[in-house]
Amino acid sequence: MASSSVAPSGSVFRRPLATKGWGSWLTTVDHKKIGKMYGFTAFAFFLIGGLEAVFIRLQLAEADASVLSAEVYNQFFTMHGITMIFLVVMPMAAAFFNFLIPLQIGARDVAFPRLNAFSYWAFLFGGLFLYSSFIFGGAPNGGWFGYAPLSTSTSGLNMAYYGVGLQILGISSLAASVNFITTILNMRAPGLTMMRLPVFIWMSLVVNFLLLFAMPVIAVALFQLTFDKVFFTSFFQAATGGDPVLWQHLFWLFGHPEVYILILPAMGMVSEILPVFSRKPLFGYAAVVFAGAAIGFMGWGVWAHHMFAVGLGPVANSAFALSTMFIAVPTGIKIFNWVFTMWGGKIRFTTPMLFAIGFVAMFTIGGLSGVMHAIVPHDAQQTDTYFVVAHFHYVLFGGALFGIMGGMYFWWPKLFGKMLDERLGKIHFWLWFVGFNLAFGPMHIAGLLGQPRRTYVYGEELGSSVERWNQVSTLGSLIIVVSVVVFIWNAWKTYRSDEIAPHDPWDARTLEWLTPTPVPEHNFDVIPTVTHRDEFWHRKYAEDDAGRAVPVPAGASEDHAAEHGEHEEHIHMPDPSYWPLVLSAGLPFIGYGVIYKSIIWAVIGLVLLLTGVYGWQLEPVAEGDE
Amino acid sequence: MSTAAHETSLGLDHRKVAIWAFLGSEFLFFGAFISSFLLYQNDVNEGPGVELFDIPFTSVSSFVLLMSSVTMVLAHSAHVRGDMRRMRLWVLATAFQGMVFIGGQVFEFTTFVKEGMAFTTSPFSSAFFALTGFHGAHVTVGILMLLSLAGLTKLDRVKPDQHIKTEMIGLYWHFVDIIWIIIFTVVYLIPAG
Repeated sequence: MASSSVAPSGSVFRRPLATKGWGSWLTTVDHKKIGKMYGFTAFAFFLIGGLEAVFIRLQLAEADASVLSAEVYNQFFTMHGITMIFLVVMPMAAAFFNFLIPLQIGARDVAFPRLNAFSYWAFLFGGLFLYSSFIFGGAPNGGWFGYAPLSTSTSGLNMAYYGVGLQILGISSLAASVNFITTILNMRAPGLTMMRLPVFIWMSLVVNFLLLFAMPVIAVALFQLTFDKVFFTSFFQAATGGDPVLWQHLFWLFGHPEVYILILPAMGMVSEILPVFSRKPLFGYAAVVFAGAAIGFMGWGVWAHHMFAVGLGPVANSAFALSTMFIAVPTGIKIFNWVFTMWGGKIRFTTPMLFAIGFVAMFTIGGLSGVMHAIVPHDAQQTDTYFVVAHFHYVLFGGALFGIMGGMYFWWPKLFGKMLDERLGKIHFWLWFVGFNLAFGPMHIAGLLGQPRRTYVYGEELGSSVERWNQVSTLGSLIIVVSVVVFIWNAWKTYRSDEIAPHDPWDARTLEWLTPTPVPEHNFDVIPTVTHRDEFWHRKYAEDDAGRAVPVPAGASEDHAAEHGEHEEHIHMPDPSYWPLVLSAGLPFIGYGVIYKSIIWAVIGLVLLLTGVYGWQLEPVAEGDE
Repeated sequence: MSTAAHETSLGLDHRKVAIWAFLGSEFLFFGAFISSFLLYQNDVNEGPGVELFDIPFTSVSSFVLLMSSVTMVLAHSAHVRGDMRRMRLWVLATAFQGMVFIGGQVFEFTTFVKEGMAFTTSPFSSAFFALTGFHGAHVTVGILMLLSLAGLTKLDRVKPDQHIKTEMIGLYWHFVDIIWIIIFTVVYLIPAG
């Protein structure tokens, strides 16, 4: 380990040592704690974003309702989109990245534990910064994709909050992506070759490369937007020579890879869940991995299908129509692989399995309506209607959120040491499934009948059937609310119960289940040596002559317990640190400084930032290594 | 706690993998700014345009910046040899050349503003100042890192065996140089030619 012993230093750079109590949450660098913090925070934002959605649905239950004013409606649907994408699905995925990546690759922590803490705090402050706009005069109101010139020319600072808030969240994502890429490439257990990696790890790797290259593009667009808003430049102002279409190109060059950033983690989770409950290895592992990587590459070549209605011309439209249809091929490969994984398996319909199957079905529907958008004349008809809203909710709710929910039920015992109640879980699933389809299925029809998106009233002239379908949608959204309440009740009940989960409750396949429950701070007493894909499964089962799996007589997996203690004393995990918190706390202050052109706020932020940087650099590696 | 190279899956230090990943992302960052500049290079709104550029002047400051990569390499190799005095000297020389470049940019920007091309004059001027300004900010961060590195070796906080720190700052510095070659060519030389 570290070269000699480091004496506890008396300076301000002393590292905190507490790993228990509330203070430890502020300074922790343990990837498992950070993962939980990501999860809790994202879930809190999920409730807020869901509440906004319910208000939107109540407003739309009648053609000319007045639950919300036009202005508040604009803020709610914009913040609903921003929240669900940047503050819920992405950080939920990050929660799983944090918790699972080191465990699944047999590592003790991520490559840069303090950077990991930094990315969490930057995410939290970015989210709080965005929501503080409600207090200081109005939240972003120009749609989650902030189309210029609407976003740049309106008065008020609403969209300035959007520009700076997303910038902070982007910094958080960029830091996380560098960290996870390094961790996955460089910290795999001995023998864990790339083609033995769990599919979830592969999808995480693809996602983090997408983040690495997509975040700087949106960063540039957001800088330009902020300059337009705050300094009155004319990047996107047609009146002074700017080109609003530039915003769309930069935004969607980020935004389309972003779609895969949102869906690939869920695909990874489902690829872990389906084999476990089908009692079969994943069908076509290599095909699933390469399809995932192909989606990662191809995701960069389809952005202009969001812009068919802009008028880029027939050549561009045709090229992007083709590339968009092609990206359905690797996606289809994955869907067939999931189906073939279940085919002929001994399926156990547990709650995580139900969510995973729901994912496959709902995501397929969302994917198919996606292919419809690739057909340019179709798109011209559907764009800016509720048909599009239905499509992306089938992908992001029916896809990403179903996968994440399945992942929560599946990994809950590893995360919190307790099993969620299966009966409540199934009630949750069925309410969620029915509510989801009632809420978003009818939007296809309402959209084709002409209901425009982003408007707070749709007028009687669309006809009473549109209104009726909207009422069904609103009913569905309320059923989803009930299902979420069931989930919270389930989590609370589990929290109160004393029943500790077994180490391997699902008879699972991958390395994280090798660890005891709850997982000790150092994860593994002995770093496992990997000889197979699905290593943990092969430690439990051997093949008989007929090729069937038979349990290995007791012993093999208990070897690790035998070695317990032998190495434990030599493991020194990195000490907690204050500086990630200090450093990231500078970001929102700089943000306020920019928006309000206040030197004082900016200087406060800059001082915090620099203090954090130097504190980080100067604090000792460890406090009192034995 | 430096991770010895043989313990990692790739045989590389984590920090080296991370800095390469980060610099990969930086290419996209400048790529998007350069694209925006190319889109707007003729949209001058009757304000001044590329004719303001003083190619000989900028060539000199560009040359100084490029030469700073040489001193950066020398600093790294001195650090590898454990010659901390010489290493500090080359690091400070690199930082100094960076400051000359930034000084040139400040002079250039003030001249442009005096001649009627401010940040908000036209899409061209906004794109120009945003692109070159962000590059200048990157150089400034690099100078801060170099000065901190020199200071920390003096305080013995960066040890002779920690030459990976110099190497990482060096990689960043070379990146900033490479990007400047592209920016200088695209923004200054091609329109003038």
